[in-house]
Amino acid sequence: MDFNLGEDITAIRNMARKFAQNEIAPRIAEDEKNHAFQEDIIKKMGQLGFFGCPIPETYGGSDLGFLAHAVVTEEISKVSGSARAGFNMQTMGTAREIYQYGTEQQRNKYVSKLVSTEYLGCICITEPNAGSDTGSMKTKAIKEGNKYILNGGKNWITYAQVADVGVVYAYTNPSHKYKGLSAFIVDMHSDGISSGPTAEKMGWCACPTGEVFFDDVEVPAENLLGGVEGQGFTFLMGSLDNTRLSAAAGAVGVAQGLIDQAVAYANERRQFGNPIGKFQMVQEELARMIVETEAARLMTYRCATQKDEGQLHNTLETSMAKYYACDVASRVADGALRILGAYGYSTEYPVERLFREAKLYQILEGSANIMKMVIATDALGYRKANKD
Amino acid sequence: MKVLVTAKRVTDPDMKIKVKADGSGIELSGMSYKINPFDEIAIEEAIRIKEQSGGEVIVASIGGDEAQTEIRTGLAMGADRGILVKTDGDVDSDAVARVLVKLVEKERPDLVIMGKQAVDLDDNQVPQLLAGYLGWGQACFASKLQINGNTATVAREVDGGIETLEIDLPGIISADLRLNEPRYPTLPGIMKAKKKPLDTIHPADLDVDITPKVVVKGFSNPPERKGGRIVADVPELLKALKDEAGAF
Repeated sequence: MDFNLGEDITAIRNMARKFAQNEIAPRIAEDEKNHAFQEDIIKKMGQLGFFGCPIPETYGGSDLGFLAHAVVTEEISKVSGSARAGFNMQTMGTAREIYQYGTEQQRNKYVSKLVSTEYLGCICITEPNAGSDTGSMKTKAIKEGNKYILNGGKNWITYAQVADVGVVYAYTNPSHKYKGLSAFIVDMHSDGISSGPTAEKMGWCACPTGEVFFDDVEVPAENLLGGVEGQGFTFLMGSLDNTRLSAAAGAVGVAQGLIDQAVAYANERRQFGNPIGKFQMVQEELARMIVETEAARLMTYRCATQKDEGQLHNTLETSMAKYYACDVASRVADGALRILGAYGYSTEYPVERLFREAKLYQILEGSANIMKMVIATDALGYRKANKD
Repeated sequence: MKVLVTAKRVTDPDMKIKVKADGSGIELSGMSYKINPFDEIAIEEAIRIKEQSGGEVIVASIGGDEAQTEIRTGLAMGADRGILVKTDGDVDSDAVARVLVKLVEKERPDLVIMGKQAVDLDDNQVPQLLAGYLGWGQACFASKLQINGNTATVAREVDGGIETLEIDLPGIISADLRLNEPRYPTLPGIMKAKKKPLDTIHPADLDVDITPKVVVKGFSNPPERKGGRIVADVPELLKALKDEAGAF
């Protein structure tokens, strides 16, 4: 077991940290307030190769791997959840999924353009009545000649209003439950697609979230992911194993961002004649925040390392990392707010924004309860979590 | 055009520094390091010249093995190869300049670009010393650089305006803050940097004695500032300035 990140990943981490500090941090509060999508930041990240770590060079990536992806995600998330979302929209849920499951023609056509952000991507899974229960999706894609006709509606879709390409899940055979689900690569500018913003969110406002409607949208048969019907559920579970790693890394990042803020404040804020860091109850709070975040980080890195070693479907370890890191982010947010007191509650410091951002990690990419279900049903012998 | 640039490893200017209890130096434990920001600007400028008109960019650093990190930063940005002149302990500006003289004689660059000063000790001496030893033209604190054949036109920000200089090449240019905005290395660039050549040599190989001519005798903190006070009126202010501050 090697706990050393190595020269490459350390250099990349430093570069990502500098980018986040210099490019994102100075304007994030304002952009969040104005609900302004930071498209220029996302594009710049694409050009610099932020989205290509787990993608081979042939398809426009750097082949640096999943651990590098996790480390870079963490650095961006320390400063902004909105910018962090790009790692799933451009890499894990789109480019990586198409690379992992697509045909050679699909890989060549889409992967490098998503990695470079020439195309913005989105992932269309959730529907108004299909959240944790993904199997209850209603969206259908019925084959007619050499095309599919897509009908239905999706909600809570990150980048819905700005995406060029979507990975869309729909039933090609609605009478077969999970086995009737397929995945499609959809040109989001096609006729019959409309989108609009979802209800106003608690945070992550510099990243658009919306609903998408498909009304008799024609999708060429060659855009059926992998070229085989009925594989949608397998692809979805495989892809979630990757997007959940990214979510765990994001949660570790926001927790670390909150710790950095709390430490700086505890050193500066003076009460009763001392910096508040001198008080044992503040020390206790900080120590707990730091230890839990480090444990979450190690679980996340292990999960990434397993994938780098070829164990892609490590659902058990992914679920544990995702569940724990996302819960830790919320607890750390709570602790940071306690340390900053009224200043933490004020918009003058980034803590209140990061607090709001932390809360989403317990919900996105599979809720905490779903993760716990996967872990417990595996232990009880009801359903094996890992497929290979 | 062949350009030699420098990449000094400096203590992170964003960190708070502490003087050692015995005053012998700065407390280095727990300190993070980065490339001197002015050197980063110099490297960026050299890479832009190469992108426009071809050639080669060589990054040199003088220091311990750790300084390879700063050289790799330059290589990741787009420089072609690196040279580490390995030293232990402090090296003063004059020794750095004499080492660079030897590197210049060995590499024969058309141009040397370096940061106007390193942000750790702020000496601002090496470019000028190097130009002096080599007998080359120098244009320091460049905020704009244009190469025209065998000359370089350099704009420098001076009090009250811009001064434009023209120097013959080969020559020495030192980079000021506004010369450019250095690029971020791309992730694939960082990977490729590892495979680029980086030679390590010693001052003795260059026949340079780096025994410092300038020795730092001690460090001390500036006196702690006392709090101000609000005075009642102008006469009281004048009296305090005269009697307490000794202003006149």
